[in-house]
Amino acid sequence: MATLSRPSDHYDSRPARPGADVTQPRLGTSGWLRWFWRQLTSMRTALFLLLLLAIAAVPGSLVPQRSSDPNGVTQYFANNPDLAPALDTIQAFDVYSSAWFSAIYLLLFVSLIGCVIPRTKHHLQALRATPPKTPARLARLAGFTTRDAPAGTDPAAAIDSARGLLKESGYRVARFDTEREASVSAERGYLRETGNLVFHSALVGILITVGFGSGFGFSGQRVLVEGQTFVNSLLAYDSFNPGRFFDDAGLDPYKLKLDDFTVDYETENLKAFGQPLDFTADVTVTPRGEDPEPAAVKVNAPLRTGGTDVYLLGNGYAPTITVKDPAGKVVFTDSIPFLPQDANLTSLGVVKVPDGLKKQVGMIGFFYPTQAEAQSGAYFSSFPDLEYPLLTLNVYAGDLGLDEGVPTSVYSLDTDKMDALATRTTTVKPLELKPGETQQLPGGLGSVTFEEANPGAKKGDFSGSVLRFASFDIHHDPTQGWVLLFAVLVLLGLLTSLFVPRRRVWVKAVRQDDGSVRLEYAGLARGDDPALEAAVAALADRHSARLTSPASAPLAPAPEQT
Amino acid sequence: MNLNELSILSLYSAMGVYALAFIAFSIDLARRSSAVGAVQADELSSPEARGAAEAASGGTTTLTRISTRIANDAATPYGRSASLRVGVSLTVLAWALHLAADVLRGLAAGRVPWANMYEFAMTGTLLIVTVFLIVLTRADLRFLGTFVTGLVLILLGIAALRFYVEVAPLPPALQSVWLVIHVFVASLGTGFFALGFALSAVQLLQFRRESLVAEARATRLRFVATLPSSATLENLAYRVNIIGFILWTFTLMAGSIWAEKAWGRYWGWDTKEVWTFIIWTIYAGYIHARATRGWRGSRSAWLAIIGFSAVLFNFGIVNVFFKGLHAYSGL
Ligand code: HEM
Repeated sequence: MATLSRPSDHYDSRPARPGADVTQPRLGTSGWLRWFWRQLTSMRTALFLLLLLAIAAVPGSLVPQRSSDPNGVTQYFANNPDLAPALDTIQAFDVYSSAWFSAIYLLLFVSLIGCVIPRTKHHLQALRATPPKTPARLARLAGFTTRDAPAGTDPAAAIDSARGLLKESGYRVARFDTEREASVSAERGYLRETGNLVFHSALVGILITVGFGSGFGFSGQRVLVEGQTFVNSLLAYDSFNPGRFFDDAGLDPYKLKLDDFTVDYETENLKAFGQPLDFTADVTVTPRGEDPEPAAVKVNAPLRTGGTDVYLLGNGYAPTITVKDPAGKVVFTDSIPFLPQDANLTSLGVVKVPDGLKKQVGMIGFFYPTQAEAQSGAYFSSFPDLEYPLLTLNVYAGDLGLDEGVPTSVYSLDTDKMDALATRTTTVKPLELKPGETQQLPGGLGSVTFEEANPGAKKGDFSGSVLRFASFDIHHDPTQGWVLLFAVLVLLGLLTSLFVPRRRVWVKAVRQDDGSVRLEYAGLARGDDPALEAAVAALADRHSARLTSPASAPLAPAPEQT
Repeated sequence: MNLNELSILSLYSAMGVYALAFIAFSIDLARRSSAVGAVQADELSSPEARGAAEAASGGTTTLTRISTRIANDAATPYGRSASLRVGVSLTVLAWALHLAADVLRGLAAGRVPWANMYEFAMTGTLLIVTVFLIVLTRADLRFLGTFVTGLVLILLGIAALRFYVEVAPLPPALQSVWLVIHVFVASLGTGFFALGFALSAVQLLQFRRESLVAEARATRLRFVATLPSSATLENLAYRVNIIGFILWTFTLMAGSIWAEKAWGRYWGWDTKEVWTFIIWTIYAGYIHARATRGWRGSRSAWLAIIGFSAVLFNFGIVNVFFKGLHAYSGL
């Protein structure tokens, strides 16, 4: 009963040798190993490990993970200073690469391999074996049905015809004839076990390609402001994560220029007003030694070029800011990506002017593409597009902390060692600039200009007044195609193993005492096979039809042919 | 009245009719109980009849026998029932209204109606009922009507009250054919899992009844006697669940392909990916359990129940409360 849904000649269902443990009370090392291996590759262990894997995957969804949410982890440490380090020691922030999670899936896959290999051997044998002898009494089997053969039918000829019919339907057949009766034994559905083995082997394939293959790739990030160009080389990345076996000589130095970044916003549906509808990064790609060609990167539509895949991950505004000394000499000019803070793209950015002025100057800027004012007097952005742009700058002077050799983020400013010159709490309020405007820095340090990116525009039209930036993820994964291939095999294997019925069918022709021939049909399900009885009945009908129909019955010669 | 308002009207009407169907199905269960009560009263007076009934419910069923017809191996055969037919008719009517609500929502939005929690819930429950009605044409599972209409009512109620959002255009991350494929197949798989869950739950009840009967002890929930044997229910649950599992496998793969296109990696252990994986693994465990000695029957049924609980958790809790890239609940 326990093996109903599997072929009874299945590896795992081979009955344990009775008394094996009793006659061998003392196991040697190899005996223990063998015992251990048998346990590991048993169906029960596979089940246990599968369920354990499901449970072990849960914590990673409850606690932020370094791999997918590094900021969340930092936040978690800040919020739970006592708990977090304890969790960290059990790798709760790296669940999916942790020792314990890996141990479970590696054991599972060892078990899987230990399972698949003997089953494959067994299956290959089964493929060559002939179908088993016809049982003496078919009446007890599934779908048992009988037909009376037309008068004058010869049992052997009737079975020949049944054999032909079964072969046409994809059965493997064997004849068993005795004096009084002839029979054919047929089996089909070996594909079921084949599918199952393909499924499990392909799972191993996925694990191996993912495990080793990911080491050969890389992923990197790069922010580009409109007009900027990136050359695919190690130094050009803002951040770069190579796989273990990655060799940067493999980088193909193509050029990628961001020409234009456009966003469409919803303006008709008031309930979704300002929601972005479409992002397009128009780029020019120049493969090494070839002519430039235009291309586009969109969300959901990466650009595949130079062995890499280029994804559009983020975007925002990059105001161009120029700082001059009191004499009017430019000491700083750059387009600075500001990080979006909300859906309407209130954006935060930092300007650092280390040289050229009396003191080092740092500025924390807020950019509002469509500036609006709350009752409290605080500014916010009410629409993500450039309707009424405004830049406010908090100005600090002093030590930027750049000279200590400690790398500092371009997106943050440490104001501890600086004097606030123009902030909300000082007498001089933060500077406010619209595109094209210039303001004096406090303390006679110089001036700051918010450059108009589109100087020719009509007055009041700000649509092109500030440059946008796009952040790109650039990946190379040589194993992706293999993973896909194995995934497809998994699916195909699954479909065949679950839908191809494996069944045995017998047809027997018995000569009765009165000389007539009785045909018996029956089947045996080998697995869950709801359609078996219908299949036996259909076989019986087709067979009798063939026996009676003149055209295909070689046994009773049709009158008109004679 | 615009299309979305029509859709809402249609949805509320569907919920009303589902509620009526639920009542009809509940009446049917009550009738079953009294029918069983009557039979048991008869049995007390004729001990032979009782012996026969026990033999019929014993573990003599074989896989081959049950595959012919289901429902004829109930311990207490149960005849025609008007309330059952009324329940099914009302369910069909409610389903038509539900379908109209879904289609109207899609027309109002100008895209497939499964892009936020409200729409997932509406389409997902529609598919649960669709799967139920289709399966009804092949096997008499009408006794699950209370469960199906009840579940759908609860989910639709939550969707309408808690998840409702106005029609909004798709954010760029969702503008992909994979939204159409991946989410639809996931919802369809959920429909099968829901049915499998119900069958497994009834299987457990039935098994308990059969054990009590075998020990000649009193049973509660008498209507269970009119349902197929636990072995039949187990086989039905298995068939329904493996279809769900195949669809879920496909969901997982389609999701990975989409993730590769949208986020640049096909797998990143994002919370939603983690739960999809957990569900897949639980059902793989369920399928294995069915082939493992000592795990067939009630233990595997529990796995199917845990699996569907994880599906509901993934939809109701992970979408709303967990942080991750799949922040598409629209809430
Ligand atoms: C990575 C872990 C595994 C997964 C995800 C998995 C999944 C599955 C699935 C989905 C099925 C049903 C589809 C089919 O028959 O092809 C199945 C069947 C089966 N698996 Fe696994 N499996 C795993 C490991 C193992 C291991 C380690 C063993 C050996 C002990 C094993 C033995 C079997 C057998 C014998 C069947 C056939 C069951 C039946 O006919 O109902 N599997 N497995």
